[in-house]
Amino acid sequence: MSTTTHQDQPVAAPRRDLAQIGLAAVTAVVGAYTMYDASTLQVGFADPVGPRVFPYVVGAGLLVSSVLLVVAALRGDRPEAEGGEDVDLDMQADWVTVTKLVGIIGLTIATVGFLGWAISGAILFAGATWALGSRTLIRDIIVGCVLSVASWYAFYVGLGIPLSAGILDGIL
Amino acid sequence: MGNLDLLLNGLQSAATPENLMYAAIGVLLGTFVGVLPGIGPAMAVALLLPVTYSLEPTSAFIMFAGIYYGGMYGGSTTSILLNTPGESASVMTALEGNKMAKAGRAAQALATAAIGSFVAGTIGTLLVAFFAPMLADVAVTIGAPSYFAILLFALVMTTTLLGSSKVRGFLALFLGLTIGLVGLDLNTGQARLSLGVAQLRDPLEIVAVAVGIFALGEAFWVAAHLRRKPLQVIPVGRPWMGRDDWGRSWKPWLRGTALGFPFGAIPAGGAEIPTFLSYVTERRLSKHGDEFGKGAIEGVAGPEAANNASAAGMFVPLLAMGIPVTATASVMLAALTSYGIQPGPQLMTDQSDLVWTLLASLLIGNTLLLVLNLPLAPLWAKLLRIPRPQLYAGILFFACLGAFAANQDAFDIFLLLLFGLLGLAMRRFGLPVLPLILGVILGPIMELKLRESLTISDGDLSGLWSEPLAVAVYLLTALVVVVPIVVKRVRPDLDTPAAEVAHARAEAESEHDDERTSR
Repeated sequence: MSTTTHQDQPVAAPRRDLAQIGLAAVTAVVGAYTMYDASTLQVGFADPVGPRVFPYVVGAGLLVSSVLLVVAALRGDRPEAEGGEDVDLDMQADWVTVTKLVGIIGLTIATVGFLGWAISGAILFAGATWALGSRTLIRDIIVGCVLSVASWYAFYVGLGIPLSAGILDGIL
Repeated sequence: MGNLDLLLNGLQSAATPENLMYAAIGVLLGTFVGVLPGIGPAMAVALLLPVTYSLEPTSAFIMFAGIYYGGMYGGSTTSILLNTPGESASVMTALEGNKMAKAGRAAQALATAAIGSFVAGTIGTLLVAFFAPMLADVAVTIGAPSYFAILLFALVMTTTLLGSSKVRGFLALFLGLTIGLVGLDLNTGQARLSLGVAQLRDPLEIVAVAVGIFALGEAFWVAAHLRRKPLQVIPVGRPWMGRDDWGRSWKPWLRGTALGFPFGAIPAGGAEIPTFLSYVTERRLSKHGDEFGKGAIEGVAGPEAANNASAAGMFVPLLAMGIPVTATASVMLAALTSYGIQPGPQLMTDQSDLVWTLLASLLIGNTLLLVLNLPLAPLWAKLLRIPRPQLYAGILFFACLGAFAANQDAFDIFLLLLFGLLGLAMRRFGLPVLPLILGVILGPIMELKLRESLTISDGDLSGLWSEPLAVAVYLLTALVVVVPIVVKRVRPDLDTPAAEVAHARAEAESEHDDERTSR
């Protein structure tokens, strides 16, 4: 995300959070595109509303909300970040870990068709534990393999859904 | 047939060995997933959606009912045994529950939570069986214009009343409505927002959206802020209560139920306000008022009952009108739709067997929950010690598995990742999740009703307020929006209900902090 650079400041600092403007820019583009996309639709006959009206309203709503968010951000309005059991908001955000996780899921997307779920899933699990700070790599790989092979069989035998076997086709 | 007969019939069809097995699996899975820190009921239901793919609707919903109540119960275990609550509904339980646990009364806290949940869930489900058909009878006569007005009302209520920032609420709502637009237009069959991608010609796979925002988004957010110092988990034996505990618990259970159910049934009611009200009520009524803040059992019994009663109340608008009022309800509605079942007022008559079996299995699931979980509590408590890297890696694993299993298409994992990043951004920027997810689910229904109403009136906008009920609902919506603004002008010192709850809670928590530091 383009907003990560602003994250280096401590979260609790009482200053303007201008990263919100980046968010508003993205949502404004989505809103504008929604309206553009609606304008390319053909209106059928005997359909007084047509396929355009609803997207126009939604896109316009998104645009207006985005502008209002920019105004709020400039006035110093700060978002209330979400807490949770394992969330420590007093710490600086660790975007490196998040980037690693996104990369690992990207790898899964790229390889699942070719390697199959049993292998890609195992890599996903082991890779994610590593990214999150686990240093018991061998154990994580074993757990990952057990999880992915077990889930493959659970879907195949239990639910009747054959997940792609990839290069293990014929072995599983 | 009377409602009671229908419910008894439902009990009969739910009580087959096969269905009982599904209920038991659902309860166990739900509790398992719900106990895991960081996973609330909505996320549990979303993560477990794929399990139901190959089941027939009735079995799937029996399992779902189990997962739902199991997830709720699991959440309360987490908040009592850990010193930080997970979802907002458990905040009040955690307040006294954790104090009780620290004072060596974890077993009693878990017991009053479990039995209170059972009492509230059972009464709540019976109330659903009573009210939902009544409401549905009225709802079938409602025309498209009024239906549209009610949907609008639900969206406006959730967006304006919940959360601290209206701007962010509306931004989330419109994002959700935009996501709901993707796919083919209903009348003309043209692709909207497909970006030329073949997979986007169909509506977005709801599993990818829900799991992405709830599970992946949460995992990413936790990864960015992972607590490095481990939380203190309080060991617990088998839950039990003494005579005195029963005496102090039963009235709070009933009062909590009475507070929770109506709030659960209205849009934007949720569990947050009734659990808070219940806590305050018990604090005021208790003969042991001095114990509050140190672990008063009433402060666990009341809010837990309120929490579960509101969870049951949510089924009234869901079953009778097809309107979800909570995140969990919207995931369930999505599941209904994926079976080709049309949610709405006709559901109670068209799918009468399904509905009554579902209600009956809520009762069964609730009972199973009590029977299975009281003895299993020490085992569940062990789950809280699961190392966080493996826990969140597991969440990522199952999230991807669920998205992939639906169509065996890597593109769905890509969508999941996109929605995961959106979920992360929403947590970072304080955008509320509920308006977004309601927008995704209710948007298409709203558009359908809008077009129906305007087709009837031949494009004349006045067709939208052609029914008295629609006019009344619009007036009510306007009141909900305008009154708080006016009140704020006239009496600037008054807070909105949501802000008031947040305020009072912060106060209650800071009181506790003071005690902690002074000790």
